[in-house]
Amino acid sequence: MIQCKTSKEISGMGHSMKRKEDVRFLHGKGHYIDDLKLPGMLYMDIARSPYAYAKIKNIDISEAMKVPGVVAVVTGKDLEKYNLHWMPTLMSDTQMVLPTDTVMYQAQEVAAVIATSRYAARDGREAVKVEYEVMKPVIDPFKAMHADAPVLRTDKPGKKDNHIWHWEVGDKAKTEKVFKDAEVVVKQDMYIPRIHVSSIETCGCVADYDKVNNHLTMYMTTQAPHAIRTVIALVAGHVGLSEEKIRVVSPDIGGGFGGKVPVYPGYVIAIAVSFLTGKPVKWIEDRSENLQADSFARDYHITAELAGTRAGKIQATRFKVLADHGYTDASANPSKFHTGLFSIATGSYDYDTAYMEADAVYTNKPPGGVAYRCSFRVTEAVHAIERITDRFAFEIGMDPARLRMKNFIKKEDFPWKSPTGWIYDSGDYHAGLKKAMEAIGYDALRKEQIEKRKKGELMGIGISTFTEIVGAGPSKDFDILGIKMFDSAEIRVHPTGKAIARFGTKSQGQGHETTYAQIIAEELGIPAANIQIEEGDTDTAPYGLGTYASRSTPTAGAAAAVAARKLRDKARKIAAYLLEVSEDDLVWETGKFYVKGAPEKSKTIQEIVFAAYTNHPQGMQAGFEATHYYDPPNLTFPSGAYICVVDIDKETGAIHVRRFVAIDDCGHIINPMIVQGQVHGGLTQGIAPAMYEELIYDEDGNILNGTLMDYLVPTAVESPKWETGHVVTPSPHHPIGAKGVGESPTVGSPPAIVNAIVDALSPYGIKHMDIPVTPFKVWKALKEKGVV
Amino acid sequence: MIPQSFQYESPGTMADAIALLEKHGDEAKILSGGHSLIPMMKLRFATPEYLIDINGIPGLSYIREEKGTVKIGALSREAEIEHSDLLKKHFPIFADVTKLIADPQVRNRGTIGGNLAHGDAANDHPAVMMALQATVIATGSGGSRSIPIDEFFFGFYTTALKQNEILTEIQIPVPPAGTGSAYHKLERKVGDYATAGVAVQLTVDGKGVCKAIGIGLTNVNPIPLRAVRSEQALLGKVINSENIALAAQFASEDCNPSADLRGSEEYKRAMVAVLVKRMVLKAAERAMGK
Amino acid sequence: MNKVITVTVNGVQQVLEVEPRTLLVHMIREILNLTGTHIGCDTSSCGACTILLDGKSVKSCTILAVQANGKSITTIEGISTEGELNPIQEGFKENHGLHCGFCTPGMIMRITELLKDNPDPTEEEIRWGISGNLCRCTGYNNIVKAVLYASAKMRGVPTASTEPEFV
Repeated sequence: MIQCKTSKEISGMGHSMKRKEDVRFLHGKGHYIDDLKLPGMLYMDIARSPYAYAKIKNIDISEAMKVPGVVAVVTGKDLEKYNLHWMPTLMSDTQMVLPTDTVMYQAQEVAAVIATSRYAARDGREAVKVEYEVMKPVIDPFKAMHADAPVLRTDKPGKKDNHIWHWEVGDKAKTEKVFKDAEVVVKQDMYIPRIHVSSIETCGCVADYDKVNNHLTMYMTTQAPHAIRTVIALVAGHVGLSEEKIRVVSPDIGGGFGGKVPVYPGYVIAIAVSFLTGKPVKWIEDRSENLQADSFARDYHITAELAGTRAGKIQATRFKVLADHGYTDASANPSKFHTGLFSIATGSYDYDTAYMEADAVYTNKPPGGVAYRCSFRVTEAVHAIERITDRFAFEIGMDPARLRMKNFIKKEDFPWKSPTGWIYDSGDYHAGLKKAMEAIGYDALRKEQIEKRKKGELMGIGISTFTEIVGAGPSKDFDILGIKMFDSAEIRVHPTGKAIARFGTKSQGQGHETTYAQIIAEELGIPAANIQIEEGDTDTAPYGLGTYASRSTPTAGAAAAVAARKLRDKARKIAAYLLEVSEDDLVWETGKFYVKGAPEKSKTIQEIVFAAYTNHPQGMQAGFEATHYYDPPNLTFPSGAYICVVDIDKETGAIHVRRFVAIDDCGHIINPMIVQGQVHGGLTQGIAPAMYEELIYDEDGNILNGTLMDYLVPTAVESPKWETGHVVTPSPHHPIGAKGVGESPTVGSPPAIVNAIVDALSPYGIKHMDIPVTPFKVWKALKEKGVV
Repeated sequence: MIPQSFQYESPGTMADAIALLEKHGDEAKILSGGHSLIPMMKLRFATPEYLIDINGIPGLSYIREEKGTVKIGALSREAEIEHSDLLKKHFPIFADVTKLIADPQVRNRGTIGGNLAHGDAANDHPAVMMALQATVIATGSGGSRSIPIDEFFFGFYTTALKQNEILTEIQIPVPPAGTGSAYHKLERKVGDYATAGVAVQLTVDGKGVCKAIGIGLTNVNPIPLRAVRSEQALLGKVINSENIALAAQFASEDCNPSADLRGSEEYKRAMVAVLVKRMVLKAAERAMGK
Repeated sequence: MNKVITVTVNGVQQVLEVEPRTLLVHMIREILNLTGTHIGCDTSSCGACTILLDGKSVKSCTILAVQANGKSITTIEGISTEGELNPIQEGFKENHGLHCGFCTPGMIMRITELLKDNPDPTEEEIRWGISGNLCRCTGYNNIVKAVLYASAKMRGVPTASTEPEFV
């Protein structure tokens, strides 16, 4: 049981408070972007390229303009007049808003049709006739790196290849030496395929430009409204939009997972059209567009190597990555981190030597590089280390749990400096794995496995003991387009002791309206039920970088605690004044100050706040408000120990996940119910890429599974009944000791599943399977080994 | 995703529906459950000028037994088939198959007639109907005619239905005692089209000899396929592992699957063999009341 | 040519003029402004648009508005009075069966029929019963728990603990 300092009535930290936001959703009264209707609103639909790589010879809009209801068709040439046909990406690359001469991927935006109704816009879209000169696309990233590969980004003067950047970290020479001298070296190529977040709500916006007041209100599905406002000001400043005249509103969001961080061309076109027409313009993607054109995640080709001793000590790791970025680098990473936080790939293990390098390459695929419920490329890193660790265990014939126990960083060694320079804040990896093994009955399962194997049955047990890195991040290293990655909270307590608090983040289902209120309740003793949380409106909320990468609790959550403590300091002063004692004589107990040694002499927080408006000490500012911009001193390092059991049908390759136990350490827990819910959801988004999801392209760059008929989002039938638990090692540098949890399970679970599958197949000499591991792949592997 | 404009007709009688079909020719499509057609129209893969909605025609939705034949009205929804006690009594295969068709909401709309008339080898009922040796009743201006299921499927999305005919009923002979049936398909996730699917109905005598058998295959051939050689391998013979293996082998040889995201041709052939084996065994167990 | 249809929506009869191609979900959202019914895909895959048509759960993105002529429609807005939660809604709240809330109305409408047909479903039956509804946030555990809670409540038997099993 989690110990709570506050009563249930207050519902501070540790209470499984039922969510405050639920009621409106349960009545169908959420306000999602497509629910918004404004007077005179126009609708936009977008004609897209059927080809992956083609010159645009002509765009004929005449038939489209004849469609009843169509008011305009916008092409790249139209935007070029305003220098809006290209835009910068978050990684300082460039991306087309609409093309003027060349399309670079299938489903790329080609022309926008604006009409008085959704149906007319779609009819207009069908009537846009585009003449293309089809070119041979470059789809395979390895071929794209060849010296003789056609150069794709001919728009970049002097660009002579498709290489985007090279990145490396660690001690190359030392790593080479350790590998050279090692008793055991294992090496594995693995592909972490291109996937898509596919939140059930797609992306969309209503751009509402008011010509009279030269004011833009941009309602949109964004996880980072403040950053978007600044980007709009930077991109559209030259046409007269300045930042104080831009308001970005992010309404209720139907799932984000990183897919709602980028600025998509559709948003920019909608703004441009609203600017030109003076009317609100709505653009809502359909699912096919969302899957086919919006930012992908992953797409890392990794070669992982591990050097160790026969006795099972890990000595060094080496990782080489080829990152397929599509036609532009539109990754959503902190600006200085091309590979995100991939350098966490040394994992949960105690060794001091590692080297990693990565190269990124252009291909004729959609741009992206977003999270998919993951902190900046950490999933790729965790997959690499947890798979290669299992390969090592297999190679030396050691039980993978024992091998992990032997190599874990010890609890007492935190804070611990990793070979790539991170300072892990805290953890107890041994306790986590031990708890997971006990929960699942590890030893009994291994015995059962021996019996099953005698009968030729395929059963596997897989482990993943991962370390996450979240909460970006400290301003000395972390920024996006120069804006430091702090986040913020502003708390206003009203005279009757009820509060409103606003944040720079934006919930997409994480439950901020409840958990932020609980943090403030913990600090001030005001019931969480009486604390209203607001996010997503740049006119009212303090500036912040938004919600992604499990950063809300580590940054804005911290800001809430610090801002509340500022208020408590003020409350102490007021209480001292009211009780006519010295501040030093006051003791804080949730919800009130009392006089040391005389607990009957006290003032509740409500009395104190009322006095702040009615009877405040002379010389003190009236009111009861505080704001804090929290710049984290370090990242936080949640961890987990996951164990998966699978049974495989040898004849068909069908994989049944029999059990899955997840023990998470996300530090102090604000709301166990929500944390557990986040873990459940993250696990299903872990089994998804492990067994079901991949965006697949043919050699001509055609996407082969661009709808939910073939892009296989798991249902309740595929998703197992998850078993969850936790250990707590508080983050020592975080005001409330919390670490963040939303993404850990997505990051940590795929290797547990794959390790279980490979474990099941290992008697036949199968050492690796690339995700998604499908029945067909399993059958093929068994076939190649002559088993079926 | 929005369909192209069309004219909508909602005839109240079969005669009116057929008259509309004759009037509009190839420009018209019949709307039954709509769960194949409307998605295709939303994607604008299908752009009919006239949509003739037969859902308002009374008397097309029923499941009843008459003189040794079970008759299923073409507008019977998958959900009705799933929960029909009459079908459960004679044909356990329907419980197998309906559970695997799409999802509950789709089964509330999708009709058995539409599932067959769509002529899609990926649909599940064609194989089942082949296993059950059903007869399809087609109604046109000149009245109704019976089409044996083996003669119903012609080619890719084409059936023996004439342009001015509507599939109105499916007739299935009630099998004798000692009969069992079973269906299974491998799917990538619940509700998916089959990677491979196999339907079996067989009758056994007291000695375990197969007296009658039908085997249909789903989504492993350009048109729905009856596994005739597999049936022959078991008909009149004892259902033992040797004969089952032969039946399985024949089915895997006689189908003609194409490689796609669900797997290679080789995989699908292998899965046909596995499923023939499993479904014959399951049907035989049911036949013998196990 | 537009068609005039008569539909009963959440108990209120409405006469509407629609294009034949108008999807039922667009009629509900755009004409009737009942925006609790959502759209999540193009291929009848996600179930976000699930409503009850004459009491049967259906995907309103794959039905034409004209097909609803003479029928009754129930949407999320019609299953309880504002300010009160029915047992299914309560089950979702008590068991944290929703995160972003986008799939929730469709889920609830589907479950409404599921529990009518099968008042005491097993966990397995619930999972198959909601297999036409995708949720990207919750991992389904708590949705299953919410249905079990609602089932118990509707049958008048004690509900299981709503505390998280987060040991």
